[in-house]
Amino acid sequence: MPATYEPIATTTLGSAASSISFSSISSAYTDLRVVLVCQTASNANIAFRLNSDTGTNYSYTLLYGTGTSAASFRDTSITRGYIIAADNAATSPNWNLCTMDIFSYAGSTNKTILTNGSNDKNGSGTVEAAVNLWRNASAINSVTLLAWNGVNFNTDTTATLYGIKAA
Amino acid sequence: MARILGTIASSFEAASAFESIATATGTGSSGTITFSSIPSTYQHLQIRGITRTTTNTPEPGNTFWDVTFNSDTGANYARHRINGNGSSAGALGESSQNACRIYSVGSRGTENDRMGACILDIHDYASTSKYKTVRAIGGINVNAASTNGEISSSSGLWMNTSAVTSITLTIGSGNFASNTQIALYGIKGAA
Repeated sequence: MPATYEPIATTTLGSAASSISFSSISSAYTDLRVVLVCQTASNANIAFRLNSDTGTNYSYTLLYGTGTSAASFRDTSITRGYIIAADNAATSPNWNLCTMDIFSYAGSTNKTILTNGSNDKNGSGTVEAAVNLWRNASAINSVTLLAWNGVNFNTDTTATLYGIKAA
Repeated sequence: MARILGTIASSFEAASAFESIATATGTGSSGTITFSSIPSTYQHLQIRGITRTTTNTPEPGNTFWDVTFNSDTGANYARHRINGNGSSAGALGESSQNACRIYSVGSRGTENDRMGACILDIHDYASTSKYKTVRAIGGINVNAASTNGEISSSSGLWMNTSAVTSITLTIGSGNFASNTQIALYGIKGAA
């Protein structure tokens, strides 16, 4: 059987930065997966953009649990996709774990992205899952991860991009 | 019924624990996809796919896959889910069912450029001593300020200790549209 799930690139921040980008992504795979382990200096939504598109072409539906209740939220026609609400500050040893699965990223339909995030702080935190839509039929050749709300990813934040190819 | 044999081979060998076994595409005329002759050489299986149904009527929560193993359609399955439609969250549990049910996997026929997506994990599928447990995340979003989008986490139990050799996905309404693409992968354990 053909082996797959190949690491394409890894970025580890040596200093704080507001974004992490993977560019010049090959179209040789079926799906992409991003694994992000991150901290932010203060409360921030972790977001993404594809092919540097800053238009209002993103939407998402979110399911999350806080430890006491579950809830759902959606947003339409916004300028970025959604990964997780992060608030693990630099002084904390706790990190946010996020995954982002981009399906048929080189295909000719609009792109569906599943994101999953956990943010556990021994007494508070959230677990989240979201489905995102990017209304663009172009092949994806770049993925940018963004610390929203004007904050930065902290040093040692790590993101890895994988490619998964179907038979 | 579209039957997909897991016989696609490649001379390419790489040191990876994740291997592609087979891929199925929708035909527009069948509501089932079957992966058969699944080898027992992996630790776990994963199914990844984008799905659209041919009908226009189901709400996102009803675009589900019913998942059966080894052609068993008896009341030997249990299932749970938690879901959110953008305005509220819900949960459901059902016992002694005829299939595992994986929710929010597909878009409707009119949404031909917007696909539902799903990742389904089947753990210890080759064990002959364990009941089989599955879990999945599925979602569909159509950029609508209504409940026409949903995200679900689903789990399932097949109360049978046989090794899984075939998996049948049956869509909840209509047929698998032609731009449906579903792939089966094997995940190796350590030797």
